[in-house]
Amino acid sequence: MWDYLKLVIFALITVLAAIAASYARDVAYQVHAILVVLIAAGLFVYTLRGVGGEKVVETGYMDGPIRVGAALTAFWGVVGFLVGTFIAFQLAFPELNFAWAEGYLNFGRLRPLHTSAVIFAFGGTALITSSFYVVQRTSGARLWGGNLAWFVFWGYQIVILLAATGYLLGATHGKEYAEPEWYTDLWLTIVWVAYLLVFLGTLMKRKEPHIYVANWFFLSFIITVAMLHVVNNLAVPVSIFGSKSVQLFAGVQDAMTQWWYGHNAVGFFLTAGFLGMMYYFVPKQAERPVFSYKLSIIHFWALIFLYIWAGPHHLHYTALPDWASTLGMVFSIVLWMPSWGGMINGLMTLSGAWDKLRTDPVIRMMVVSIGFYGMSTFEGPMMSIRAVNSLSHYTDWTIGHVHSGALGWNGMITFGMLYFLVPKLWNRAGLYSLKLVSWHFWLATIGIVLYAASMWVTGIMEGLMWREVDAQGFLVNSFADTVAAKFPMYVVRGLGGVLFLGGALIMCYNLWMTVKRAPAAEAAGDAAAAPAE
Amino acid sequence: MSKKPVEKKDPDTTGHEWDGIQEFNNPLPRWWVWVFYLTIVWGIWYTIAYPAWPLIKGATAGYLGYSTRAEVAEEIDRFKGMNSELEAQLASADLTTLTPGSDLHNYAIQSGRATFATWCSQCHGSGAAGNVGYPNLLDNDWLWGGSLEDIQMTVAYGIRSEDNDDTRYSEMPAFGDDYLSDEEIAQVVAYTMSLSPVTKDAADMSLVADGAVVFEDNCSSCHMEDGTGDRTQGAPNLTDAIWLFGEDKDTIAGIVSEGPYGVMPAWSGKLTDSQINAVSAYIHQLGGGE
Repeated sequence: MWDYLKLVIFALITVLAAIAASYARDVAYQVHAILVVLIAAGLFVYTLRGVGGEKVVETGYMDGPIRVGAALTAFWGVVGFLVGTFIAFQLAFPELNFAWAEGYLNFGRLRPLHTSAVIFAFGGTALITSSFYVVQRTSGARLWGGNLAWFVFWGYQIVILLAATGYLLGATHGKEYAEPEWYTDLWLTIVWVAYLLVFLGTLMKRKEPHIYVANWFFLSFIITVAMLHVVNNLAVPVSIFGSKSVQLFAGVQDAMTQWWYGHNAVGFFLTAGFLGMMYYFVPKQAERPVFSYKLSIIHFWALIFLYIWAGPHHLHYTALPDWASTLGMVFSIVLWMPSWGGMINGLMTLSGAWDKLRTDPVIRMMVVSIGFYGMSTFEGPMMSIRAVNSLSHYTDWTIGHVHSGALGWNGMITFGMLYFLVPKLWNRAGLYSLKLVSWHFWLATIGIVLYAASMWVTGIMEGLMWREVDAQGFLVNSFADTVAAKFPMYVVRGLGGVLFLGGALIMCYNLWMTVKRAPAAEAAGDAAAAPAE
Repeated sequence: MSKKPVEKKDPDTTGHEWDGIQEFNNPLPRWWVWVFYLTIVWGIWYTIAYPAWPLIKGATAGYLGYSTRAEVAEEIDRFKGMNSELEAQLASADLTTLTPGSDLHNYAIQSGRATFATWCSQCHGSGAAGNVGYPNLLDNDWLWGGSLEDIQMTVAYGIRSEDNDDTRYSEMPAFGDDYLSDEEIAQVVAYTMSLSPVTKDAADMSLVADGAVVFEDNCSSCHMEDGTGDRTQGAPNLTDAIWLFGEDKDTIAGIVSEGPYGVMPAWSGKLTDSQINAVSAYIHQLGGGE
């Protein structure tokens, strides 16, 4: 019965999307409609072939989406780093904005592709993958909702596909980190609600009496991102057959909504979500208990409460009223310790296991990740101080700050997670090569250091050059002077990107060989921890 | 942390366990709690001192009376007050009478440099060395004249500017449309190249003689018979070493056949009189002023 219903739904979507494709008012919309036709028609055929087949009721942990997710996380990481490295060189050498690709592969189109590929494709897939893994293990329960988890997983990949192709074809809201157009936003909303249901459902049927701290963070991430996404993307489509839409808010209200969203995308997507990851994989890899339950509770609630108010610090010295700017700054600074609570809990979990730093490069990766987390959550509040911000705002310092967080914290903890997960998921005794992990570790670390250091230098330099006035109050430098002065550091930044990308490629090779070549684990291991179903 | 002696005995755990993960029942680190309290206390003070809490009609102003806008306005006013006298003099000054080294002259140059960096450097380059199609302002080759008055007029009214009736205007025809055959264009290009010291050697000497006739008939009314150009029409001197769009044969042939149409905006109305005077004086003293 359910099969027939699915067939009807897929057929309906195929037909509607075909109609939409033929009435399309712009290329992006048309390409997207055709993609939807292909996907829905493919699913129709796939479902049709399976009709009447024997349904195997699977028990135990649902690791299918997690296996695909681990592979796709690595894939999206490489894509995101590659585009990032390329656009870094585009800034250093503008000739790389090829005339033949103008309007598709120039910096303006590729930049959102890079940010979204890294944050939402790499980071988002990592979060969905790890949260599905962690919530099952720490609840002792299979994912709730049967194939709904697959829907969440592939639905999210469709969001990535629509967003990425949309950017290249010019479909964009023009809101940073919220660029996808209205229909992609609607689809993401559906997928996200399903994600929340799967996660909550699994928590509800847990076998453990308490909910593990990692799951608090994952849950807060899922709920808050849903709220942020819906409010910031409120828009009216110009036509049901076109990609363009008009924002509901205007002027400074729009700017404030955007940065309330933007800041909390950092706060809940890249901080809370990844802290969830940290709280599971660090104690597992270190084989030590979490340092302090009390700290985890206090810093969780403080973080959740404070983060949401800090957005206005992105709009210092703008049309935003001073009072909002002050509050944004104050909440950002009070946020410092709650953020560091996660760092303390992560690092102190290793006390008693510090010797593992010498022998286990995966632990080393996690420790450096937590270190970068601590550094960027100190740098962030500092940059939110109005006086500091008047120098740092609009400069490369911001770019450096974001990348020490994204490459250092999000990247490294995700690499650690993958190194932990892949042998477990494919039932291997261990990784193919720890030496390659070491190589990855050093390439990535040196890459980040080159990146962050060069951006500090150019950021502070250009900030000082912009504000430099002579004794009579006249500006000393033209904008072009500041751009020319940054050239050497732009090359250094690009090289940092090359190293980071190289490390990620080594990781892909290592993980691939782990699946193909590493000896199988002994039968016990994970099976013993399977849920009693 | 690492300096602490490794504890022989682990502290108590909470007694829970998830997939093998336990949690110690450690207290909150004291320094963490105190720094957290400190930031909260500081935050409360800061929101009393500065504009912060939104109420029904407006927000609290803070007892320090701080405002970002007032702060900027104050800084601008300080410089304005300091410069007001010179600024007024410069707006109505006869630039030709400025004495180098005088306060007014220095002020004009500094103001002109900043004005140039902000508005002119996009095309003419931040060092004023120009770009393809955008004249170098450091040399003594001028399309429309290099005296202070000429420069001032160019800045104020622009060249072929659509939004100013007083703009400098002239138009070189696109000779490739109807006027000249490809053969004649090749000839006149060869002749033109033979005039300039930098292109002389590359000129096709077999075409130069015919080209001279074509030049005489079609080009000499603006560029003059000897090719030295006419500033009243913005017709460049073709006998010097400077080529605005490029010195290779194809580029010159392209110019002849399509006609160049360089545009510079009129700055009158966008910049103040004193800024126009300042930037004119600045350009004049860069090296090529007449």
